[in-house]
Amino acid sequence: MATFGNGRRVAIVAGVRTPFTKAGTAFKSLSAIDLGKLCVAELIQRTSLSGAEVQALVFGTVIPNVVAPNIAREVALMPLLPKGVQAFSVSRACASANQAITDAADQIALGHIDTAIAGGAESLSNVPILHSQGMAEALVLASKAKTFGGRVRALASVRPKDLVPITPAIAEPTTGETMGQSAEKMAKINNISREEQDHFALRSHRLAAAGTADGRLIAEQMPVYVPPRFESVVESDNGIRSDTSYEALSQLKPVFDRKYGSVTAGNASPLTDGGACVLLMSEEKARSLGYEPLGYIRSYAYAALDPGEQLLQAPVLAAPVALHRAGLTLRDIDLVEMHEAFAAQVLSNLRGFESTYWAERAGFSEPVGEVDQSRLNVMGGSIAIGHPFGATGSRITVTLLNELRRRDGQFGLMTVCAAGGMGFAMVVERG
Amino acid sequence: MASTYALGTEIVNGVAVITIDLPGDPVNKFNRAVKDEFVALFDRLERDLNVRAAVLISGKKDSFIAGADIEEFLELKSAAEAERLSHEGQLLLDSIHEQRTPLVVAIHGACMGGALELALASHYRIATDHPKTVLALPEVQIGLIPGAGGTQRLPRLIGVRAALDMILTGRNVRAKKAMQIGLIDELVHPAILRKIAIQRAQELADGTVKHRKHSGGMTGFLLDENPAGRRVVLKKAREETMKKTRGNYPAPLAAIDAVEAGYRGGASHGYRTESRLFGEMSMTDVCRQLIHIFFATTALKKDPGVPVQQGAPLPEIVPVEKVGILGAGFMGAGIASVAIQQGTLVRMKDADHGRVAKGFAAVRDVVKERLTKRQITKVQYSDIMSLLGGTTDYSGFGNVDLVIEAVFEDINVKHQVLREVEAELKPSAIFASNTSTIPIAQIAEASSRPERVVGMHFFSPVHKMPLLEVIEADATDTSVVASVVAYGKKLGKTVIVVHDGPGFYVNRILTPYINEAGRLLDQGAAIDAIDNALLDFGFPVGPITLVDEVGLDVGAKAGKIMYEAFGERFAPPSSMQAVVASGRYGRKVKKGFYLYDDEGKKGDVDQSVYTLLAPGSRETTAASGNQAQSRAQIPASEIQQRTVLPMLNEAARCLAENVIRSARDGDVGAVFGFGFPPFRGGPFRYMDTIGISELVKKLEELNDRFPGRFEPAEVLVSMARRGERFYPET
Repeated sequence: MATFGNGRRVAIVAGVRTPFTKAGTAFKSLSAIDLGKLCVAELIQRTSLSGAEVQALVFGTVIPNVVAPNIAREVALMPLLPKGVQAFSVSRACASANQAITDAADQIALGHIDTAIAGGAESLSNVPILHSQGMAEALVLASKAKTFGGRVRALASVRPKDLVPITPAIAEPTTGETMGQSAEKMAKINNISREEQDHFALRSHRLAAAGTADGRLIAEQMPVYVPPRFESVVESDNGIRSDTSYEALSQLKPVFDRKYGSVTAGNASPLTDGGACVLLMSEEKARSLGYEPLGYIRSYAYAALDPGEQLLQAPVLAAPVALHRAGLTLRDIDLVEMHEAFAAQVLSNLRGFESTYWAERAGFSEPVGEVDQSRLNVMGGSIAIGHPFGATGSRITVTLLNELRRRDGQFGLMTVCAAGGMGFAMVVERG
Repeated sequence: MASTYALGTEIVNGVAVITIDLPGDPVNKFNRAVKDEFVALFDRLERDLNVRAAVLISGKKDSFIAGADIEEFLELKSAAEAERLSHEGQLLLDSIHEQRTPLVVAIHGACMGGALELALASHYRIATDHPKTVLALPEVQIGLIPGAGGTQRLPRLIGVRAALDMILTGRNVRAKKAMQIGLIDELVHPAILRKIAIQRAQELADGTVKHRKHSGGMTGFLLDENPAGRRVVLKKAREETMKKTRGNYPAPLAAIDAVEAGYRGGASHGYRTESRLFGEMSMTDVCRQLIHIFFATTALKKDPGVPVQQGAPLPEIVPVEKVGILGAGFMGAGIASVAIQQGTLVRMKDADHGRVAKGFAAVRDVVKERLTKRQITKVQYSDIMSLLGGTTDYSGFGNVDLVIEAVFEDINVKHQVLREVEAELKPSAIFASNTSTIPIAQIAEASSRPERVVGMHFFSPVHKMPLLEVIEADATDTSVVASVVAYGKKLGKTVIVVHDGPGFYVNRILTPYINEAGRLLDQGAAIDAIDNALLDFGFPVGPITLVDEVGLDVGAKAGKIMYEAFGERFAPPSSMQAVVASGRYGRKVKKGFYLYDDEGKKGDVDQSVYTLLAPGSRETTAASGNQAQSRAQIPASEIQQRTVLPMLNEAARCLAENVIRSARDGDVGAVFGFGFPPFRGGPFRYMDTIGISELVKKLEELNDRFPGRFEPAEVLVSMARRGERFYPET
């Protein structure tokens, strides 16, 4: 079976991320570009990499800065990297960092380049607030007006309702359904109970708290001396609640369906700020520079379905393809990392893995199978750690590889669901 | 084929484009030969009726004209000769100003001294909007005044206040600022400088060019454009100059006189006064000494720091792209701040994240100040800061080219970090210690490759202090010395190479000076009396203030090490010990010999310190509240002699013991390391001025009064016997 790279294996040499912090807290004054720069600079510093080795920088972000839409280029223009580094930004909702990583990996596999940095960043503390259509039209007209009177006339057309600013909602443009509503719907369709969801959320916090306490999660984070004043240091994720309990979680009111709903703020991932990135190299390049890579990309796959159906169920379609491309089955996989947008979504995805219906939709006769809980998200997931959209994919990649090494495993599988009804899966291997 | 002429001319549409490109020199300078060429050229252009206007532009990359050739100044034998030189310069510029053909000066790069005076005499000035483009009249910095009309034309162009600011400080004015103050007429991109200059020259010939009238506003009208206002400005300038220079520097006062003469007695009186004062200044000892210092620093810029045989290749220089800094304290952060500003990647390590964050904040303060002063843009600020990384482990040290250790001044701590970091470093990496007192050889004992261990002794605050002492131990590899010298220069430092030993050079000669100040305290002298005596001597701060700045604990610790190394003549005074013991560590704890406010700003003497001082031979009773006045009256001249002479004595020993390579290095080290009065030329020039025999005599007299501390160095005694000097007589 020819796995990814056609003989040119792509190594994930190292990865770094900022701590993930709840929106409006420690990183509230930092933009996604700032967060991207922080983690890329630390990746270069920490790996003792010469910036001149880097040939491309690919970065993902979901809510771009309207003034500087190509975040990758802004990050690449740091003095740590040559100005000649190619840089482009990608957008695949919550799998944006995965898209960045696989795009960069493709370039390496094709032999176009040997070394790249890929990742993503998101600041949900700093989302662009937009003017209403009416206000925008008036402002454009006024800027084009040649006379003072013309400007006044243009601005006079503004109505009170136009003054209300628009904040981007996390909703599907085609269906109008918010992410939470979709998760709520999936819980109902797949018969996921409130209790199951709250237990899963509790598990996420407990495992993440344990991973932080024993230093495993800290190892993948960089300390951030918070600019501009450097009065504080953020050393670890600030959303993990080691003290939470099932009782506390079960007290929370459902947010999206107050009557029959089960999705709460406690069993969903929080709005988060953060940046994460990895260093990718061809296997030969990594070897010639004396690096011992975290691991290698064995295969990956993307899939999509109708967003009006089950918005976050596409990982179920991507995973069997990735496994097939890897020439492996779930039985060969030592560890599974699944992005936790919502407990309801993870549990729906897990049900899907076990179902022949979803297997057939993906083109296979046999289901992926039942995921062993002891191998799943062993240091928690996005519900506890947080979920800066553009950065999460890179975090999961590094978490999986680090833990695979600690457990001396061989293969790891990761999945990420994404808005638009999309899903991602990747198989990584060691040595 | 290289031309032997500096000026080339090309006629473009009736405009003579004169390109100045001094053969065989990296920068353009005005010397006699160039001046003669100018005279002949303008004479020819004036008669050539095909030429309607002229443009002067430089053929050097990013440099216009660096001003007059200073070496020619040293050849001047009399004030009359210098006055004549100035007068000739005035005449030449005057004739250029009165030419039939208007002249446009196209400035890209530094335009200094005589070059700016030429620009002032021209009819239109265009400069490029480029960081290398700066304009200045730096003459006072070498004890002179502008001598080719600068004191006359500049105030008339930009107003007396702005002109005095430029003339009295000699500071560089960037192109944008020059545009704001009306010094130049136009600001353009370098790519179109020549084209626009030619175009403006044609317009000047056609009479169609419009000069921008610079308006000084209401204050400009009140202070610059009427005699009463100007009198106020000039009076204030004199007062401030006296306050700053304490009468040690005659040139700024002469410059004010020249400016005033032009306003009071008319133009020709002004020009005559300028020439006369230029002549007088050129013969002052201050001017000679400042020029010597200037040449010494210029020579050091070219000095690789290691001996190179004629024709032999220079030792290999390790390029420094990433620096590891151990210790994020004030020194470590200071070094980081200058390194990242030169584009070096910096990995700063300390024991915990809180300390590293404090280091980041300290670095930020330095870099932010440049942003606030608009010396850098926001993007440059963020780029510079992005080069700084922090860590509490040795991650990222694998590709570090140079480690600079700035940890606690304790040999065991130094040994520990050296062992730890060496395990992470690549073999070619250099380990430099920023210790100020511990011998490098002793630090290198913990190293498995002592040949790559060296000292880089920066001074505090690092971003402001211009000196770097590179300390070479016996085992240090030549290429390591050459590499850190080269990197030190890249950081903008004046670098002297000093041989290993306790206190190296700067701190070694400072110790007897500081100790004696303490002894004077022991004997009942008032704190401010001591400081004032040495401020009058020309030091930028007095010794007691210096101790407060450095920190009494640091000083005491260093003093102890020096005492152990050199014995009785370095015995610490009891006063300091008592004050340190009381926890008054100086400005950093806002408690020392002086009072400090909450922001650390220095106030008056803290009278309560006197109760701590050793009674010694104090002739006073501690009448409370009025102790300063009841302190012993020791004449300023005695204070100066007792503190400065042992410093000179120790400097002579350093040279005799080859701690420093030359008197030149010793002079530069003292002037740039702690502000030994530059107008005295440094300790060695000053010893020559006193006369070695006279110095020995004075030291012997002091030694009779205070046995043990003033015994003249052997080298001085033998030099006196043989009638030798440190520098040849000029």
